[in-house]
Amino acid sequence: MILVLLIILISVAAGFMALRKISGLRARQGKPHSPERYYAYYVGLMALTPALIVLTLWNGFEQSWIEEQVIRQLPFDLQSQSSNRIDLLLNDVRNTLSGHFNSTPSAPTQAAVDHYQTAQHQSQSAKTLTVILTALLVAGIGYGQVNIQLRARNRVENWVKVFMIGCALVAVLTTLGIVLSVVFESIRFFQKVPLTDFLFGLNWSPQTAMRTDQVGASGAFGMIPLLAGTLLISSIAMAVAVPIGLLAAIYLSEFSGAKVRAAAKPALEILAGIPTVVYGFFAALTVAPALRGFGADIGLDVASESALSAGLVMGIMIIPFVSSLSDDVMNAVPQSLRDAAYALGATQAETVRHIVVPAALPGIVGSILLAVSRAIGETMIVVMAAGLAAKLTFNPLDAVTTVTVQIVTLLVGDQAFDSPKTLAAFALGMVLFLMTLALNAWALSIVRKYRERYE
Amino acid sequence: MSEKNLLTHQQTFAKVNASLARRRAAERRFIWLGRLAIIASLGFLLLLFGNIGSQGISAFRQTFIALNIHFDPTLLSPEGQHDLETLGKANYNKLVKQALLATFPDVTQRHEKKALYALISSGAQFQLRETLLDNPDLLGQRQTLWLAADDRVDMLIKGEIQLDEHGQSPHFNPKQLNWLQQLQARQLLEKRFNGLFFSNGDSREPELAGILGALMGSFYMLLVTLAFSFPVGVAAAIYLEEFAPVNRWTDWIEININNLAAVPSIVFGLLGLAVFLNFFDLPRSTPLVGGMVLSLMTLPTFIISSRAALKAVPPSIREAALGVGASKLQAIFHHVLPLALPGMLTGTIIGMARALGDTAPLLMIGMVAFIVDIPNGFTEPATALPVQIYLWADSPERAFVEKTSAAIMVLLLFLIAMNAVAVYLRSKLERRW
Repeated sequence: MILVLLIILISVAAGFMALRKISGLRARQGKPHSPERYYAYYVGLMALTPALIVLTLWNGFEQSWIEEQVIRQLPFDLQSQSSNRIDLLLNDVRNTLSGHFNSTPSAPTQAAVDHYQTAQHQSQSAKTLTVILTALLVAGIGYGQVNIQLRARNRVENWVKVFMIGCALVAVLTTLGIVLSVVFESIRFFQKVPLTDFLFGLNWSPQTAMRTDQVGASGAFGMIPLLAGTLLISSIAMAVAVPIGLLAAIYLSEFSGAKVRAAAKPALEILAGIPTVVYGFFAALTVAPALRGFGADIGLDVASESALSAGLVMGIMIIPFVSSLSDDVMNAVPQSLRDAAYALGATQAETVRHIVVPAALPGIVGSILLAVSRAIGETMIVVMAAGLAAKLTFNPLDAVTTVTVQIVTLLVGDQAFDSPKTLAAFALGMVLFLMTLALNAWALSIVRKYRERYE
Repeated sequence: MSEKNLLTHQQTFAKVNASLARRRAAERRFIWLGRLAIIASLGFLLLLFGNIGSQGISAFRQTFIALNIHFDPTLLSPEGQHDLETLGKANYNKLVKQALLATFPDVTQRHEKKALYALISSGAQFQLRETLLDNPDLLGQRQTLWLAADDRVDMLIKGEIQLDEHGQSPHFNPKQLNWLQQLQARQLLEKRFNGLFFSNGDSREPELAGILGALMGSFYMLLVTLAFSFPVGVAAAIYLEEFAPVNRWTDWIEININNLAAVPSIVFGLLGLAVFLNFFDLPRSTPLVGGMVLSLMTLPTFIISSRAALKAVPPSIREAALGVGASKLQAIFHHVLPLALPGMLTGTIIGMARALGDTAPLLMIGMVAFIVDIPNGFTEPATALPVQIYLWADSPERAFVEKTSAAIMVLLLFLIAMNAVAVYLRSKLERRW
C-alpha cells in the first residue's frame, strides 16, 4: 500500500518536473506541439504504468516463490515427504505467522517459520527496490524525451484509448473466465463421473463417503431429477408471471391514461428490485405454511417445502420482467396498424387481441424467454423455500430441488476442492450457464430482429 | 360475387348491432382483467411489505432487565491491579449473578440459582465490561444498568410465547415465571429501544445479534464494487459508443455484454470461487473478493446504462467541439462526458442497489461464515446484509424471525433510499434535448 503511494508520488513529481522543463523550453524554443499539461501527464503515466505492472506481477508470484524457498530449506527427510505433508506444514507456518496458532510450534515448524520470514523480508526489499527503480528509470526516459517537438497529447490520448479498450475487454474476459472456470472443473468432474451418467442419470445423491470402503461410497450424480425440479418450479413461476405480466402490460400500454401508467410502471418494477432473499424468506415463512394449512383443510398433503410455494413467489418476482419489456414492444407497434383496425370497426380490445399482440408477438416471446432464463437461474428463493432432496416428480405439491439449490448446497461449507461433490457443482454451473446463455441469446436475437422490423 | 352473399345495409347494421353488446362486454372484461393483473401485483407488494413490517417492527424494541451492579474490585481484580488490561480480562459474569441474587435474596439452592441466571442474556457480562472500560471510575461503585434479557423472556414479553390456561409454559419453570412477574411489578423489566441490534455483530444468542457487522461488510463491498465498476464501466462505454469501429469484433463484444447482463448471479459466484479464491488465492469471506465478484456482475449493467447516457447527448455537441479544434478525446472528456454524467450516475446508483441486494454469489465465496467481529477493512472476514438475512432465516430460534424481518426492513430502507436518490438525480440533473 505504501509502495503504491510512493509510486504515485514519484509519478506526480515527475509530472511536475516535466511541466517545468517544458515551460523552460517554451521560453527558449517557442510553442510546443501540445498544451503543456500533456507533457506532465505523459511523464507521469510513464512513471506510473510500468511500475504498477511490475508490482502486480510481483505480488502475484510472491507467495509461491516464498513457499518454494521455504520448502527448499527444509531438512532433507521432510523434503522427500508427500506434497500433502508439506502443504500441512506450510499451513502451520502461515497460521503461526498470523497468530492463529496457539500452541508452541515444533522445532521444524519453527525453523520453517524463520525461513519463511527471511524469504518474506528478502522479497519485500527486492520488490520495493525493483519497483522504485523501474518508476524512476522510466520516468527519467520520459523526462529525457520531453521537447517541443514531442507529440505528448497524441501519446497520452493513445494511452487513454488503450486503457478504454482494456476496460471494454473486461466484459469479454469475464465471459471467458466463466467459461474456462466451469469447463475446467467440469472436465475434472467428468474424469471421475462419466458424462452419460451425469446427463441421463435418474438419481442424484451426491453424498460421497468419508472413507472409500464405506457402503455407497461413490454417490450418484444424475442430473435429470434436478432438471425436472427446475423446470417444474420455473413452469409454475411462468404460469403466474406470463398471464399477469402480459395483461398488465396490455392494460398499461393500450388502455390506461398517461398518469396511471407513469405511476403503475415503476411500482411494478419495485417487484423486480426487491432482493430475492426477501422473497425467499416470505416464501419459506409465510406462503409455504399458508399453503400447507390450506392443503390440510381441503384434504391435500402439501409438502412444507413444496414446489408450489417457491414457484408462486418466484412468479410474482418475475412479473415485471415480462410486463416491462412486453409493454415496450407493444408501444413500438406503429399507431397506423391500430388506426387501420379501428377504421374497420374493431373495438379497442379486439384491436389489441387481433392486431397489436400478434404484431408484437416476437418481442413478447423474447421477453418471456428472458423471464424463463431468470427463473431457471434464480437462486435464493429456491434455496430458502424449495427442498434439498432430489425427487423425480411433476407433482407441484411435492418438494423438489433445483440445479441452483444443489450448487449452493454442494459449495457452501468447507470441503476439499477436488472432491467429486465440489466439482459436480461446477458441472451443474456449466449446465446452468449454457441453458441461460442459449435462452438469452435466442431472446435477444428475436428482440433485435423485431426492433429492426419497425424502425 | 353472387348476389345472395351480399348483405344489405340494413342487414349489416342489424348484425353489427346485435353483436355490439357482446363485444362491448368482452371489451370491459378485458380491461378489467388488465386492471386486476396490476391490482394483484401491487396487492402482493403491499402484502409483502405489510408482512415483513408487522413481523419486524417488534425487533426494534427488546426486553431489558434492570440490575443494580456493584463493580466490586475484589471480584474483578483479586490481585488489586486496576489497569485496563486486567479489567478487560476479568470475569463480569460474577457481577451479573451477584446482582441477580441481590434482587432475589430468597434464592439459595443451586438449581434455583441456575434457573434465575438463565433469565438474563449470556452476553450481559460483555455489556458490563464495555461500560467499565469506557468509564474506569465506576470501579468499586454501584450503578443500575439495563441488561438484555434472554431471548425466551423477550419472546414471552412480546407474546410470541403463549402461556397455557394454567399460566404455565414449557419454556419456563413456574419459579422463573414468578420471578419475571415480580420484576415486572417492581418495574425492573421493560421493553426499551434495541440499540444492540444496530451496534452488534452476529451472535448465536438472538437477543445479542445485531446487523452492524453485516452493514459494514456490505459497505466495504460496495466501495470495492464502486471503485472498480464505475471507472471501468464508463471507460468501456465511452470506447464502445464513441470510438469502436462497427465491425464483427465490436458487434461480438456488444452481444457478449448483453448476454452477460442476463447470466444468473450464482454463475458469477462460481467464477469468483474458481478464479479469485482458488487461482489467485485471495482471502475467503472478505469484502474484497465479494466486491470484485459483484463488480463483474454489475459491470454489464453499468456499461449498458452508461452507453445509453452517452447516446442521449446530441451529436451537435461533439461536432461543435471538433469544429473549434478539439481532438476527439478532448471533445468527449470536456463536453460529452460532463453532459452524460448525471445519466451515468443514476445508472450507477441503481446498479449498486442491485449489488447490495444480491446474495447468491456471496454464498459461493464463503461469505456465509458465522462472523461475530465487526469488520474493519477490505481483507477481514465479513458477511453482508442479505447474507445475514439468509443466515438468520435459517436459524431455528423463534426470536430470529423478527430479527430477520427487521434486517430486511433495514435492507429495503437502504434500497429505497438509493433508488430515491437516483430518481431525484434524474429529475434534477438530466437534460432533455
